[in-house]
Amino acid sequence: MTEKIETILETRNVKLWYGQKEALHGIDLDFAKKGITALIGPSGSGKSTYLRAINRMHDLEDNVTVTGSFNLMGKDIYAPTMDTVDLRKKVGMVFQQPNPFPFSIYDNVAFGLRIAGVKDKKVLDQAVEESLKAASIWEEVKDDLNKSALGLSGGQQQRVSIARVLATKPDLLLLDEPTSALDPVSAHNIEETLLSLRDQYAMIIVTHSLSQASRIADKTVFFLNGNMVEAGDTRKIFLEPDKQETADYISGRFG
Amino acid sequence: MRRLFDEELADLDTSFTEMGEQVAKIIQSAVQSFITHDREGAHKIIDHDYKINEREAALEKKSFEMIALYQPVTTDLREIVTILKAVSVLERMGDQARNIATSTIRVKGTKHMKDVEQQLGEMGELVASMVSEVMAYYVKNDALGAENIATKNHQLSNAAAQVRTDSVDGMKEDSELVDSAADYLVIAGYIKRIGDYTTDIAEWIVYKRTGKIIELNPGYNYFI
Amino acid sequence: MTDKSQELKPVSEFIPETAPERYIYDMDESKHEIALSTENLQVRYGDKLSLSEGDLRFERYKITSLIGASGSGKSTFLRSLNRMNDDVANVTGNIWYRGLDINSKDIDVYEMRRHIGMVFQRPNPFAKSIYDNITFPLTRRGKYTKAELDEIVETTLKQAALWDQVKDELNKSALSLSGGQAQRLVIARALALKPDILLLDEPSSALDPISSAKFEDTLLELKKDYTIIIVTHNMQQAARISDYTAFFNQGKVIEYDLTRKIFTRPKVELTNDYISGNFG
Repeated sequence: MTEKIETILETRNVKLWYGQKEALHGIDLDFAKKGITALIGPSGSGKSTYLRAINRMHDLEDNVTVTGSFNLMGKDIYAPTMDTVDLRKKVGMVFQQPNPFPFSIYDNVAFGLRIAGVKDKKVLDQAVEESLKAASIWEEVKDDLNKSALGLSGGQQQRVSIARVLATKPDLLLLDEPTSALDPVSAHNIEETLLSLRDQYAMIIVTHSLSQASRIADKTVFFLNGNMVEAGDTRKIFLEPDKQETADYISGRFG
Repeated sequence: MRRLFDEELADLDTSFTEMGEQVAKIIQSAVQSFITHDREGAHKIIDHDYKINEREAALEKKSFEMIALYQPVTTDLREIVTILKAVSVLERMGDQARNIATSTIRVKGTKHMKDVEQQLGEMGELVASMVSEVMAYYVKNDALGAENIATKNHQLSNAAAQVRTDSVDGMKEDSELVDSAADYLVIAGYIKRIGDYTTDIAEWIVYKRTGKIIELNPGYNYFI
Repeated sequence: MTDKSQELKPVSEFIPETAPERYIYDMDESKHEIALSTENLQVRYGDKLSLSEGDLRFERYKITSLIGASGSGKSTFLRSLNRMNDDVANVTGNIWYRGLDINSKDIDVYEMRRHIGMVFQRPNPFAKSIYDNITFPLTRRGKYTKAELDEIVETTLKQAALWDQVKDELNKSALSLSGGQAQRLVIARALALKPDILLLDEPSSALDPISSAKFEDTLLELKKDYTIIIVTHNMQQAARISDYTAFFNQGKVIEYDLTRKIFTRPKVELTNDYISGNFG
């Protein structure tokens, strides 16, 4: 992952403190313009903390300090001039629990564009359709766009959440355990959706499911105790990792 | 909805059946070059053996990867295990073809037994067709068909026994035939081994289909 | 190599003519001790039949996994086993436990739940100390000396593999525990009531793989003394820890068998597809 080709995001020496406690100890990672990168590691390893730092979710918490550089296609994510609303349009986040707004499916997907000032009905219609298609849920909801998103199943809600993020045409999708609250069939549908998007988007997914990482990710990064232990092609990480810690974690040999 | 796994499994399957076809062809040409005393052809077979070995290694690597990445169960797992076991059988068949080619190059006798060479040619045709056939059963997942391979292997054994009798008779009658006839015995043995290997693959096809490990080649344990 | 003389079975004997649509393992009562069994169990939410035909027998001191997609009826089934559905659904049929039908009206549900305890998906410790979390349900319903309570706390925390981590801070709030620790505390709390059967509803889906592995170790320890029935979405977990597995689909038990059979050679096509992740 250190090759200098077509990266969308490069982070260098990223450190993060909760108060006095250093939770990330200098993370260097590059992410390619396209494809899925899985961040794996036990709870408290720093993978989610790192993911959230990428779209400045920690801004909302007191007492959190972030240092180091986040270079998003030439722009510093933490620059004082960076508008976080703009940032989150470019770097969208999908959470563990599907979190549709209590609006219609249509309004959920159009939400980000309306915030950005888009009023033209035709533009919105088109964006909603395209996003729902990209999230592989158009066929299931196209006749119910005005129904509440809360009436959908968990898996469908999660795909609407993905469509909502895609509507603002992000460069990078962050996914924080997007299937851990779902049953295997719904989780499978989400995985299919992510696989269909991987030729067009860069995606970073935090997952506790090693089998999910091995099934869908092009690259895998292993975090432990706030350090990035190993990053590389998923095949390599799962078949012949360089580090013993990685091998132990992948094989379920937990101390 | 197709799983990524299915696509990789389909590729693995294709690569495996191609390897089977390659091996069937090589066996046929190895026997042909022996009975036509074609040393050049035999050299080509030896030179190409590494390709079979490479294909085996590539298929094994891919199978390990798929097991590690997808943790397959039941039918998916049985299919991969079947390929893993069957590729090493195919590779050993390739080794036998190579042995036949080596004998062709080393052959010393100048006087031959046409009728025995014809019998060996027929054995070569038969065993190559068994290899193609067992690969077809694999593709069709046809466990009942795979059982037929055992019958054909029985025919092959009988043919080998005939070659043995005729070669021994020939040696008794004419000592100038000893060099050639000794080779005939060895070649018949190689071909017979290949026949036994096809029943091994047939057993794995039955396993893939039913999950049962069975024996289709009970005891014809003579070398030829 | 087998001997030439050995009779060979034709391959056709191994290939069933038609695959069954359902298969329920017929547990022989003379060979297996049955801890719990259901008969004609049906669950209706209003007019809607959510679960039918779930006749299962659960073996004592074994772990049985219930698997299936959301809405397949597995959680509904599990919750019915200790009458958690009484208020929301109409549950008919019999649930046999020690010769009693615990689904009958005469049963004291609270007393029954002392025998058949439930642990939920999200660890739900009370906002009390670790110690009180375990003793609270006991002292509310009976009289115990301090020494008795101390012993129960220690025993159950040991059984739940949590004692070593918390023994010096039993008075700390249970809410300060990590997810995996909280889950084990909730199990200790359930064990304190000395149940016979433990029902677990997706107990480790909120845990990371390390906590989940420790939790699985705990269950394997516990099955020496308890009969465990567990709903899980994690098929590898079911394969790793359970002796029996039941696959649910659309309100029915499709296949119930030994776990090693389900995960190597399931008899029903639908089961094969589900456990292979083939959700077409």
